[in-house]
Parts: sequence; C-alpha cells; structure tokens
Amino acid sequence: MGKTFTEKVLGRKAGKDIVPGEIIEVEPDVAMSHDNTAAISKTFYNIGVDKVYNPEMHVIILDHCTPAANEKFAQNHKVIREFVKKQGIPNFYDIEVGICHQVMHEKGHVWPGALIVGSDSHTTSYGAFGAFSAGIGRSEMAVIMARGKIWLRVPETIRIWVEGEFPEGIASKDLMLKIAGEIGADGALYKAIEFCGPTIDRMSVASRFVLTNMAVEIGAKAGYMIPNAETLAYLRERVKTPFEIVESDPDAIYEAEYKFDVSALEPMIAKPHTVDNVVPVSVVKGTKIDQVFFGSCTNARVEDFEVVSNVLRGKKVHPEVRMLVFPASAEVYLEVLKRGWITDLAEAGCVIMNPGCGPCMGNHEGVPADGEVTLATSNRNFKGRLGNKESFVYLVSPMTAAVSALTGKIEDFREYQNDMRL
Amino acid sequence: MLIKGRVWKYGDDINTDVLFPGKYTYTVTDAKEMAKIALEDLDPEFAKNVQKGDVIVGGANFGCGSSREQAASCLLYAGVGAVVAKTFARIFFRNCINFGLPALTSEKAVDALEHGESIEIDTEKGEILCEAGVFSFPPLPEEVVGIFDAGGLIPYTKKQLGIK
Repeated sequence: MGKTFTEKVLGRKAGKDIVPGEIIEVEPDVAMSHDNTAAISKTFYNIGVDKVYNPEMHVIILDHCTPAANEKFAQNHKVIREFVKKQGIPNFYDIEVGICHQVMHEKGHVWPGALIVGSDSHTTSYGAFGAFSAGIGRSEMAVIMARGKIWLRVPETIRIWVEGEFPEGIASKDLMLKIAGEIGADGALYKAIEFCGPTIDRMSVASRFVLTNMAVEIGAKAGYMIPNAETLAYLRERVKTPFEIVESDPDAIYEAEYKFDVSALEPMIAKPHTVDNVVPVSVVKGTKIDQVFFGSCTNARVEDFEVVSNVLRGKKVHPEVRMLVFPASAEVYLEVLKRGWITDLAEAGCVIMNPGCGPCMGNHEGVPADGEVTLATSNRNFKGRLGNKESFVYLVSPMTAAVSALTGKIEDFREYQNDMRL
Repeated sequence: MLIKGRVWKYGDDINTDVLFPGKYTYTVTDAKEMAKIALEDLDPEFAKNVQKGDVIVGGANFGCGSSREQAASCLLYAGVGAVVAKTFARIFFRNCINFGLPALTSEKAVDALEHGESIEIDTEKGEILCEAGVFSFPPLPEEVVGIFDAGGLIPYTKKQLGIK
C-alpha cells in the first residue's frame, strides 16, 4: 500500500512504518517560537531543566508586537533576548527582521521533507516548501526545549486538486477563500492537506504560501505541496541543510479529494466573523470601509506589493480610509523600496509601517474603533481579532484591498480594470 | 474524576480569540486575571458568574484559530471542570490535555444539553449525566492518557525526566 507524504516524513522520524491515527513521539528538525518565547522560557525553567536540549533546533523570531507597544511587551522581549543569550540559541531574529513565517524560509530554516513545529497556528505555512509543519502549544515548546521531543497523531490526508488558469487579477487568496467557503472552517479538522494539480505547479512561491498558510483556517494540521522549480530555485539560494524531496506514492490512500477549477473564479471575500463566511466580492460591493490592513504572513510579499502599487500609483487613497502597509519582512521591505513601490504607496496616502504582524491579533498599530470596518489581506477575521470586538473584519486579496481603498467602499476590481494599469 | 456543575452552552466554531482575546496574550499572565477575561468577547456574563465545576458545551470545531494555550488554561483558572463539544480544533485539544482539562467529545450530549442545566461527568466511567439521560464519550488515546493523569504536560515531563 502506498504512503502519503505525511506518513513518510513522520514514519522516518518515528523510525517505523506508521498508519493514520497512530500516535508517535518524534524529534522535530526545527522548532519555531516568537514573542511567546518569554512565557515558554518560564515554563521551561519550571520543569526544572537548566540547559536547552538542542539550541540549534530552535528558531526564535520577534514579530507579534514589534517594536514593543508598552512596558509589558518590552519586558517580554527583554526576557527573550536574555534567554537566547544564556542558552546560546544561534538562530534569533530581533524586531527588525520580519514576520516569523516569512523569516523562517527567507533565512533557510525550511526545507523539503523537514519536520517543523511552531508555537503558532500558522506554522502550517511551510508545507509550501515541501516540509511537514504543524502548530503546537507553548507548554509543548517548553518540553521540546527540555527533551527535544513531542507526540503527534499521524493525520489522514485529504487532497485538494486545482486546475485552470486564473482570470486576470484573481489570486491565490481568492482561491483559498473559495476553498474555505466550500469546505468550511472544520472541513480539514485534524487532517493533512495536499494541494496539487497543474495550477498549483504553476503558481509562484508567494502565491503557494497563501494556501498552506491558511490551511489551518479549515482545521488542518499541515498543508503540503510538491516544491515546484521556482520553489527549489528559491530554496537553493538559502538552505544549507542537505535535503531530499518527499512525495506521496501514486497509490497512497486519501481520505477525501476535492477538485477546484479557477478559470471562472471571481474575487472572493470572507465576511465577519468567520473565515468560511465567504461570498463573491460582488455580493457585498459598496460596503463602506474605514481601514485597509495590507500586511500579515498571508499577503505582504513582493508580488502583493506589485499588485497594490500598480493600483495606487498616481492615485490617492480615499480621504475617509486609513490604509496601513506592513511588508512581511525587512527583505521584502528593501526590495519594494528599491523598486520604488514604497514611494508610490506613500504618495498615495498609505501609512507605511514596519515589518511585523501589526494589528493582526489586536496588540497595536491599527486597532479599529467601535463599528469600524477593516478590509484585511490577513488570514483571520474572528470577532475582536484586531483588538476591538465591536469592529468588523473582511478578508480579501491585495487587489480587492487596493481598489477598495481608492473608493472607500468594497469594490469588485473587475469593474475598474479599464481604469487601471493592471 | 467526578465533575459537577452547570452548563454554559455555545455554538459552533468557538474560536481562541473569543475565548482569550489576542490583545491579552502577552500582557495578562496571572491566573486570577486570566480567569476574569475568559470568554470576554463571547459572553461577558461568563467570567462573573462561572462556578467551580461548571462545564462549557460547544458545537463543532471548538477552540479553532490560534495556538494560544491561554484559551484552555483561562478556562481551568476560571474553575471550568470540563469542555464538551462535537469536535475540537486540534491545537486547542492538545492544550487541554497538556493542562489536564478534560476535553470530551459527544455529539449526542451536546445536542441534548441545555444552557444552565446541571451536569455530572465521570471521567473514569466515560459518562455524562444530565436531564436527558446518560451519554458516553470516547477515552483519550492510551499514549496520551499518562499526560492527563499526571495533571498535565509539565508534571508529566518532570516525572519522565526524574525531576521532583
């Protein structure tokens, strides 16, 4: 019987032949944590261990509230810096580097076939590079620091096949929202997802990432894709660890299969307050917006800036809209700065913020007021997500966000296509 | 373990942001303070009125969203004896085990239970007793029952490492 990618990677780690449903104890290749490392370090010391089991395994990235919004966040960062120094953890990225899920692959900590865990739910992201990666809790990370191991249940795998050419301006975010709307927020609960098909093979590194990043929004433990040529070229420049691509066998068993054709896909939007509350943008066209959040680990990479700056160049953001721009990382920031796109956005009236998570979990840098509507390129629109439960968050692609910023209302960008340099 | 209390019933897809808002994840760390903001964005009455042993009942995908374990630990600190749901999001489920908070799956019990009614749970027998009758729930997998029995992942790890 054939094996899925997940069964192969987890089986190799467990040192035995495994089947879905089995619980195994494994040693991850990489363990990522962020601002929550302060709490993790406290739990680690509470266990009664002094030295981290394998400092090389850990990657610590500050991004969730950077720079510190108040003395509590500042203290939190200080505890982490001291912990990193004391434990000799070599892979530490301070507040200037960027969002953890972006920095992980930029700095070569992600490779095909790797087993990666992270104390952040969007750790599913690294499947876009052919890794098995799953989110875990803080205490579990503390235990990995103490003894290098974690228990995992071997998940069943579902396959999402995507074919067709994207219509002009329609992006992977529209596809992911469509998938979330159809499969539902618990449609892949406890499962590993394999995204495959000719469309997935053709997509850019950044576009593929959107799908695995949001795999957790439909309940998945991990999302995976076979790395394509562009992905491998990207990784070769960055990864020092030797790796082998792991793929599912042709006769592997999938629990379910879904098929999507993007050739007639429309711009999609997730309405408040769940990620699967999805409709075509045309249904909510005209809804007044107060803020645009262009950022997050989902959509704030170079190709997203290209789309947004092409829309806003030479134009002005609507006077009643605040448009906040957060590049995913310093690397992205520098690249889009060199290309002149930051100038375009600043001239259009955007507020250019620092690389990091921004307001994504309501810590700072753009918390909305009561009753306000935010159009976000991020991945989550739960009630109170941006820090105010009396506000509303809609999730969209960068294209929809940019066009709507111009008019102050949710827009179907296709009606504006002739008007813009797309 | 015998759990006795009242039911607090909510719907499907109860997410970690309404259980423990993201804005508090780095600033509210004291157990008593965490208990006060449990379910803040879902039910402001909850934290004020919850009593020791009370049980939270939810629909499908309970605890979806973030990996933040405070979404589970704040319930424990508020006195919650167990969470009963149709299904759990995976990281939340792990966090419950890791804190020794019973996270029990029973679709039938969830459908039968009503907000405010009295409930009794016997974790050893695997039974939920309520107005509508007796409902069973599946035991934890053998491999992780040790974590739960030790009182959570940290005491379990101490035991494994021979630390007192």
